[in-house]
Amino acid sequence: MSKKPVQKGKEVETTGHSWDGIEEYNNPLPKWWVYIFYVCIIWAIGYTIAYPAWPGIKEATPGLLGFSTRGNVAEDIAEQQEKLGPINAKLEAAELTEITTDPELQGYAVSAGSAVFKTWCAQCHGSGAAGAEGYPNLLDNDWLWGGDIEAIHTTISHGIRNEDDDDARFSEMPAFGDDYLSEEEIDSVVNYVMTLSGQAPNDASLVSAGAEIFDAECSACHAEDGTGDRMQGAPNLTDAIWLYGGNYDALKETVTYSRYGVMPPWSKEASEAGRLTEAQIRAVAVYVHQLGGGE
Amino acid sequence: MAILDKHKILETNATLLLIFSFLVVTVGGIVQIAPLFWLENTIEEVEGMRPYTPLEMAGRNIYIREGCYVCHSQMIRPMRDEVERYGHYSLAAESMYDHPFQWGSKRTGPDLARVGGRYSGEWHVDHLRDPQSVVPESVMPKYGFLLNKEIDGRYIQDVLKTNSMVGVPYSDEMLENAQADFIAQADPDSDYDGLLERYGEDSVTVRNFDGQPEITEMDAMIAYLQMLGTLVDFSTFTPDASR
Repeated sequence: MSKKPVQKGKEVETTGHSWDGIEEYNNPLPKWWVYIFYVCIIWAIGYTIAYPAWPGIKEATPGLLGFSTRGNVAEDIAEQQEKLGPINAKLEAAELTEITTDPELQGYAVSAGSAVFKTWCAQCHGSGAAGAEGYPNLLDNDWLWGGDIEAIHTTISHGIRNEDDDDARFSEMPAFGDDYLSEEEIDSVVNYVMTLSGQAPNDASLVSAGAEIFDAECSACHAEDGTGDRMQGAPNLTDAIWLYGGNYDALKETVTYSRYGVMPPWSKEASEAGRLTEAQIRAVAVYVHQLGGGE
Repeated sequence: MAILDKHKILETNATLLLIFSFLVVTVGGIVQIAPLFWLENTIEEVEGMRPYTPLEMAGRNIYIREGCYVCHSQMIRPMRDEVERYGHYSLAAESMYDHPFQWGSKRTGPDLARVGGRYSGEWHVDHLRDPQSVVPESVMPKYGFLLNKEIDGRYIQDVLKTNSMVGVPYSDEMLENAQADFIAQADPDSDYDGLLERYGEDSVTVRNFDGQPEITEMDAMIAYLQMLGTLVDFSTFTPDASR
């Protein structure tokens, strides 16, 4: 306590405590601090009256303003829906093929669709829509189930190979390793498939035998020339685009064990598992369509 | 003031100070905590909530063991952006059988309160094994080792019993059949009628979650993830806006 008392010229009283001769001044608190403190107390009382605060026997006081976080979020959502209502209704009413010709709708659909895509689709197809192994790239013009806006809309609405929607796109490649074909036959057909996309086969002597097996077992879905069939989601085997890899080992695994990629149904109207409204589905369909590969 | 002068008695007597400090804290505790036990609107009653199945419970314990809660919350707040991204905001009743709850407070990754059914089981296997294979920008560590750790539910009955001690309504039948139910849920070829009967036909998914013949920690983990937030049917639930 070497410092002087705050109020010059005045004797400031001490608290009366004394420890080993050390005493404590009892300076008053600054006025501005004291007044703010009192205002806070008054404000707090008003606050507990205006907002839900005091617990009672069965429920807390609701507050004069009737505030609730749940009411707030419901209002927020309703307000947003009201704002977007007209353009969403227009989007839902438009012919799918005509959305792209209406600049206002197209602009809205692409930006709304981009948000939908980043929230719901990016986890599998990638935030840039380039896909990953087993999850198709949506930027190229190679489509399993069709790449026009209507086909994309159907795929998003109902999904692929899921059990939640009866209209889901469905096809199933047999696992040819399950007593369909011998290991040698699988080996042959894999070598033949490699030549379809212009790769050098692993063992050229097996190619002609593989061609016969392909004709008998594979051509019904993948077509005789290997270009695939979009009605059945059978991929084109003649290009360099592979969902699960196009080298010898990956092809062998595909033929032996088959593949079974799934996509959930997104339409709320079509299935209980659906999470998106028709307007959201149309928006994301337009978004995917304009990424580069849309037909 | 006379009463303030008496304060000196407390300040100079450690035991008394301790007792009176405790009394003050008690008042605060009673005001803040006690009403939650009787206020009717703390936990609203919702249909569909059930205790975790043994396999889901094992997955939940792995979730806690691996510290998933450090990066993932399980609590959708009542705000428009959260509701649009994750789904209906979380209800207190949805964590009523959680001991401890997994609300979390940190989101390095997304909220998982309603991750159930959002992705396929295959996606979860791909993603847990190597998150960057499906989400290149992800910073999540790899959990592929879950695929190699076989589990048989040997101790799951004890876990369920412990939970029932703190109030989770596991029936005697559920406790007796804990290990059998554990094994049945991961095997679609098993006799799982009992499991469905005990826990509910609509809300239990029987699958080979990880695609491997053995039951592994991956099975349990995915069984748990795939049921998160799916129990309450929000198409029939109208929240009381005043809560």
